[in-house]
Amino acid sequence: MNKLSGQSILDTLTGQFEKFEKGLNGQSKTAIHQVRKDAFNRLKDTGFPAPKNEEYKFTNLTKALEKNIDFSSTLRNELSKDQIESVKINNLEAYDLVFINGEFAAQYSDNIQEKGLKISTFEKAIKSDTELVIEHFGKQANVKEDAFVALNTAFSKNGVFIKVDDNAVIDKPIALYFIGDGTSSQPIYNVRNLLLVGKSAQVTVLEKFDTIGNEKSFTNAVNEIYVAQNANTRYFKIENDTESSYHISNISVAQERDSNFTANTIALDGAMVRNNLDIKINGEGCEAYMNGLYMLGGKTHVDNHTVVDHMMPNSYSNELYKGIMNDKSKGVFNGKIFVRQDAQKTNAFQSNKNILLTNDATVNTKPQLEIWADDVKCSHGCTTGQLDQEALFYLQARGIKKEKARAILLHAFASDVIQNLASEAIEAYVEEILASRLEV
Amino acid sequence: MSNDDQILEEFTSKEYEFGWTVDLEADEAPKGLNEDIVRFISAKKEEPEWLLKWRLDAFKAWQKMTEPKWPNVDYPAIDYQDLIYYSAPKKGAKPKSLDEVDPELLATFEKLGISLTEQKRLTGVAVDAVIDSVSVATTFKDTLAELGIIFCSFSEAVKEHPELVRKHMGSVVPVTDNYFAALNSAVFSDGSFCYIPKGVRCPMELSTYFRINAANTGQFERTLIVADEGSYVSYLEGCTAPQRDENQLHAAVVEIKAAKDSEVKYSTVQNWYPGDKNGKGGIYNFVTKRGICEGDNSKISWTQVETGSAVTWKYPSCILKGDNSQGEFYSVAVTNNYQQADTGTKMIHIGKNTKSRIVSKGISAGRSQNSYRGQVHVMKRAANARNFSQCDSLLMGDKCGAHTFPYIDIENQSAQVEHEATTSKIGEDQIFYCQQRGIDEESAVALIVNGYAKEVLNKLPMEFAVEAQKLLALTLEGSVG
Repeated sequence: MNKLSGQSILDTLTGQFEKFEKGLNGQSKTAIHQVRKDAFNRLKDTGFPAPKNEEYKFTNLTKALEKNIDFSSTLRNELSKDQIESVKINNLEAYDLVFINGEFAAQYSDNIQEKGLKISTFEKAIKSDTELVIEHFGKQANVKEDAFVALNTAFSKNGVFIKVDDNAVIDKPIALYFIGDGTSSQPIYNVRNLLLVGKSAQVTVLEKFDTIGNEKSFTNAVNEIYVAQNANTRYFKIENDTESSYHISNISVAQERDSNFTANTIALDGAMVRNNLDIKINGEGCEAYMNGLYMLGGKTHVDNHTVVDHMMPNSYSNELYKGIMNDKSKGVFNGKIFVRQDAQKTNAFQSNKNILLTNDATVNTKPQLEIWADDVKCSHGCTTGQLDQEALFYLQARGIKKEKARAILLHAFASDVIQNLASEAIEAYVEEILASRLEV
Repeated sequence: MSNDDQILEEFTSKEYEFGWTVDLEADEAPKGLNEDIVRFISAKKEEPEWLLKWRLDAFKAWQKMTEPKWPNVDYPAIDYQDLIYYSAPKKGAKPKSLDEVDPELLATFEKLGISLTEQKRLTGVAVDAVIDSVSVATTFKDTLAELGIIFCSFSEAVKEHPELVRKHMGSVVPVTDNYFAALNSAVFSDGSFCYIPKGVRCPMELSTYFRINAANTGQFERTLIVADEGSYVSYLEGCTAPQRDENQLHAAVVEIKAAKDSEVKYSTVQNWYPGDKNGKGGIYNFVTKRGICEGDNSKISWTQVETGSAVTWKYPSCILKGDNSQGEFYSVAVTNNYQQADTGTKMIHIGKNTKSRIVSKGISAGRSQNSYRGQVHVMKRAANARNFSQCDSLLMGDKCGAHTFPYIDIENQSAQVEHEATTSKIGEDQIFYCQQRGIDEESAVALIVNGYAKEVLNKLPMEFAVEAQKLLALTLEGSVG
């Protein structure tokens, strides 16, 4: 048999998986562990994405990980309170939960007591809400087709379990801070979140990934989200690692009828970042919104893959992703819209716009439509270009310096995505970073 | 109104109208593919040693390759050993003039509407006709020769202009480019060759007509067009095949080279037999077409109307190497019943100030699948590159599919690239509007579809545009309701 892609990582992981199993104290016979075992066997059979894999064509994460990440590293360090406070979003009224190197840090987290809301770590939920976890765990995420989901599933222990009861309206956002300590160790961690939103319930969840320090790190996050009938869920993902962190995130969403789901994805920094967002519309009358912004500098490589799968009629999806690429950065976008045969009267829109600021920056974009129903309205558009020279001149003619004029135009370019965030504190946070990047 | 009447008339004749066969005595190679067959074809064509070697190298490369699986099409595996790789209408010595051509053959072309003797004088189109694998007649050769234009069958070119053929063949589509190009390179039997000398503007449309006649054969032809500095040529290609229950393979290669300040316009109306209503039979059309704008200010334009074939796999591409060079791609692809098409283009911007434009209109009906797959690649050096792409899909019925796979890869900040795609169906209000004015539903659909595709049809030379409009109507008949 041929050597699999990423064989050296697999070899290291095999030993770790055995250790991991032993550390579970007799839990290794449970149904949940069976899912882990299946996932690991799958990973061992197929390996990590090969360079020619269409889904990872522009993002050779396997090679980057083999070269840069030592999977045998188990060193863990603590972080100080100041370091933790520094990554939080100012003025955001939220329930904060802090995870350091993947492990839940109770001392820095809020104790949440709200009617209709149940939050616990994923590890605890396996014991306390076994049935719910079994019902949903690994069902939505693409364990079979994505090696990184399989890897995450095999080692799933850390992360959070959130359940919102039917009709509960949770006003306060839930903010999950995942902080990697790259000051003195090379953290590698898997995060597994399960979010169940009950009928007619409403909730907002924020997930923020940061790395402190410049050591190499690897984060692999998987979220499974279930939005029940008539529920409304807003989801934020802000990724702000360092130039030596590797990050992959898979978000899989299932929407039931008349539900509403919004995903906001902001990518700011990292060596190589890959975001997979996968929304399945399983009911009629759903609405799905996807906003994305990536502002890249240095040698950062960000890859956003989104899939919206319209299985049922009369639904609506709208996607807007914008990117600004500076220095030697690289932006990749792949948006897929599927409209199945039954999904008549679907309206699906997708737009991807990119600005390149230097000749060393690149963009690879692939907006993809696959449609099997005839009575639909679908469109996608994508543009790549530079700032409008005439607009720049217009501002300069009014006495605004070129750098400032450039900043104004870039700010305007990003503003519709920022406004779509619809949260003052988060908008302010993104604006501040944008401003500092533009050096005005 | 006469045009509309004709469309209506076409509607009454339901099936594929070019589905007849002619009993031509054919000279065939035995079934199967091996080195001996490659040698057999080469010997049959009395080819020089270098070409035989070229073919054998291609064959060896092909043996190592595997059939591509990435196109969005689905067909039973092809048994490459069950095909006949060479079939030529039997005849004695090569005819000197048309009077000596087999009358049966001439009748075939009359039937196709291509009269090799008379019609050419009226329309002023020089035709090279290829039946099965062999070029049977080329018209207007002498008139063109006066201008220094070479327009002849590929095998003739090998004999008479070996230096030109040897220099340019395989330079745009290398032997190992892809599976079907390699197969073609190994077993190609004939095709057309065209050379336009410096500063010459070809006074008439050049045209090749391809026809598959014999059963169980694959057709592998090669076209090579070389436009020297400052020249211009417009080239047409048409194709038909008989109605048969089994699938037939067609794997062609087209190469275009455009030197400084030259312009090449290549138009195709592809109407191979698409199979019957239940998806039985039809041609597998796996074609590699590529042009290179080598010199500055050169231009290559592809226009295609794809209505036939059971499975189509085809991406006419432009490599924009010269500064200020331009590439264009206009396409209408119609699929009905069980047809599948995966087609599109590649625009590779290498030179500065290069421009490209893509307009693709897909129409799917019945149970067909229609995909657009394209790439726009702006290399680092290609300052001020400009691209505009538009790909629209029209769906008729809820059993068909429309897919879009555009790849856009930009490595230069001054590039400006736009891509737009929409998918929709024919509006009921549009049909109602026509019906209200006494136009029946099917004609209304034909009318709307023609309007939808007009942007592309307008780019076709006049004679072809009329034919293409009729074809559109014909392909879509019975797809409403």
